[in-house]
Amino acid sequence: MTLLEVDGLAVNFGGIRAVDGVSFAVEPGQVFTIIGPNGAGKTTIFNLVSRIYDPTQGRLIFCDEDITRVPPHEIGRRGIARTFQNIELFEHATVLQNLLLGRHVHARSRFVEELFFVRRVREQELEHREAVEQVIDFLDLPAYRDSLVLNLPYGVRKVVEMARALCTRPKLLLLDEPSSGLSVEETEDMAFWIQDIRTLLGVTVLMVEHDMSLVSAVSDQVLALNYGRPIAMGTAREVQEHPDVIKAYLGG
Amino acid sequence: MRFVFKTSYAQDLGLFRDSVQRNWYVALLAGLLVLPNLVPEYLVDISLVFIYGLCGLSVMVLAGYTGLISLGHAAFLGIGAYAHVYFIHDLGLPWAVSVALAAATAAAAGVLVGLPALRMTGVYLAIATLAFALIIQEVFTRWDHVTGGLKGRPVDKAVIFGVSFAGDVAFYLLCLGFLAGGLWLTANLLRSPTGRAWVAIRDSEIAAQSMGVNLGAYKTLAFAYSAGLMGVAGALFAHKIGFLAPDIFSVLFSIQFLLMVVVGGLGSLHGAVFGAAFVAMLPVLISQARDSVPAWVGAMAAVFGSSASESALLATGRFVKQPGLEPGLFGLILVLFILFEPLGIFGRWMKIKLYFSMFPLYKRATFRRQKAYMRSERLR
Repeated sequence: MTLLEVDGLAVNFGGIRAVDGVSFAVEPGQVFTIIGPNGAGKTTIFNLVSRIYDPTQGRLIFCDEDITRVPPHEIGRRGIARTFQNIELFEHATVLQNLLLGRHVHARSRFVEELFFVRRVREQELEHREAVEQVIDFLDLPAYRDSLVLNLPYGVRKVVEMARALCTRPKLLLLDEPSSGLSVEETEDMAFWIQDIRTLLGVTVLMVEHDMSLVSAVSDQVLALNYGRPIAMGTAREVQEHPDVIKAYLGG
Repeated sequence: MRFVFKTSYAQDLGLFRDSVQRNWYVALLAGLLVLPNLVPEYLVDISLVFIYGLCGLSVMVLAGYTGLISLGHAAFLGIGAYAHVYFIHDLGLPWAVSVALAAATAAAAGVLVGLPALRMTGVYLAIATLAFALIIQEVFTRWDHVTGGLKGRPVDKAVIFGVSFAGDVAFYLLCLGFLAGGLWLTANLLRSPTGRAWVAIRDSEIAAQSMGVNLGAYKTLAFAYSAGLMGVAGALFAHKIGFLAPDIFSVLFSIQFLLMVVVGGLGSLHGAVFGAAFVAMLPVLISQARDSVPAWVGAMAAVFGSSASESALLATGRFVKQPGLEPGLFGLILVLFILFEPLGIFGRWMKIKLYFSMFPLYKRATFRRQKAYMRSERLR
């Protein structure tokens, strides 16, 4: 069974066709990576899958369900969570509060119950906290639990954002350039986290990445894009050696 | 310095950090209950602090926690006030029912304003709410048979379940009760998924959306809750001033509410109350100063001879009697706060507390990084 199927996806921004007929399938348990030079449409594909943009053409099928027209806030409930290239954390909140927001898709309390903080709300809050603490343990974040995000170094923020996505208990995790802005060591750590997320938590990963060492270390399947069109697909090695990919990156 | 030893997750769900903090709040409440015996002459002013506290809470939820700026909150206050007076006087409803309905009416108006707010942010939203407030003020003026038009409407003292709250002490306690209730309900919301969703919207809409927060629903909810609180404050305010006229609920009043949360400290419940105390008590302080400052200055200038004393007395006397003094001071203080203390009175309060708890190790740099403006303040 295919987890996410992208079928003939295309989007226009005015006269620019940012993504042009991209099709691929992500199998459960895979780490699927999209690479490509700047402006190839990688992040646009992410924004299409997380429904922030509406596709002009094509279909998105997740868990045998058409999600092409599902509103963006419903995507999390279906089991897709994402991170952002430039980190979109809630800066004026603590790490704990950020992660608890990741549990929002599991919130079942009603407004009036929350107003009086009845026992049901309290119990659910404790459940959320337990779930969050598991993620904190998993990603080794206890030291930062009560720090405000705006006081944290960049590398830690990247991990916190990944942790927040994991708190939704996703089936599919979208990572937008997990290594951008990280040092060599932090990038190596990131590779371990991604492998752990896949093998220990059983979460499928779809990521956009530039760092080829990270891509080769973790990817099962790589898709290369240029000018919104797919140019090669296969293992990391196959794609790296593909003449069109070399041409796209180096010209000529 | 005290450290709280945490042994269960439930500890983090409490309203207070630990029993020591809770005891301080109990002591504060006890102090407020005996206050009427200590300063009977200021009770009316302090009641206004409590009513403004509810208003501050309302604006805080919207501007401080959800990041939506409203320049029209006086309109919700007016809707609450007029609705309440209409319900008790014209329809003869019981007081408690009338307040609940006034809150519901204001909340409904809040939803109406909140709907276009889904498509607007920052300055555009502020302008839209400003327009709404102007329209509502016009409605107050024209809708004669409900609002009394320009002639205004007298308001009787509150009578709840046959108990009269006409006395200063009784009304003081009533307002205190409502403020405490409002604080409790709002604090409950803020430690629940709804409050977290609001903060998430304030800090990053796109991330909130990706984490499953329905932006439209939560923004509308914030508007409705905020307007509802304002409606309750309006009902109390009607009793406080005893006479409703359309020109009370002007744009300047709305700006005063915004000033309240900025001076108090955006993003904290304490800030709402501090700001309310500031805005309500400043006029009292100024009127006190009008009486006593010229005499002090005169006495000080007496060192340089009697003619200097006399002219100093005259000059300060003329200065403090200037009619524009109050708004001028308000403006000046707002500018100074934004320049030197973006976290408001609450931020200053935190620093003073930290200074004493860390004495003699306090360093100024502790708060340096947090001096950055909030995103909502930058008006994207």
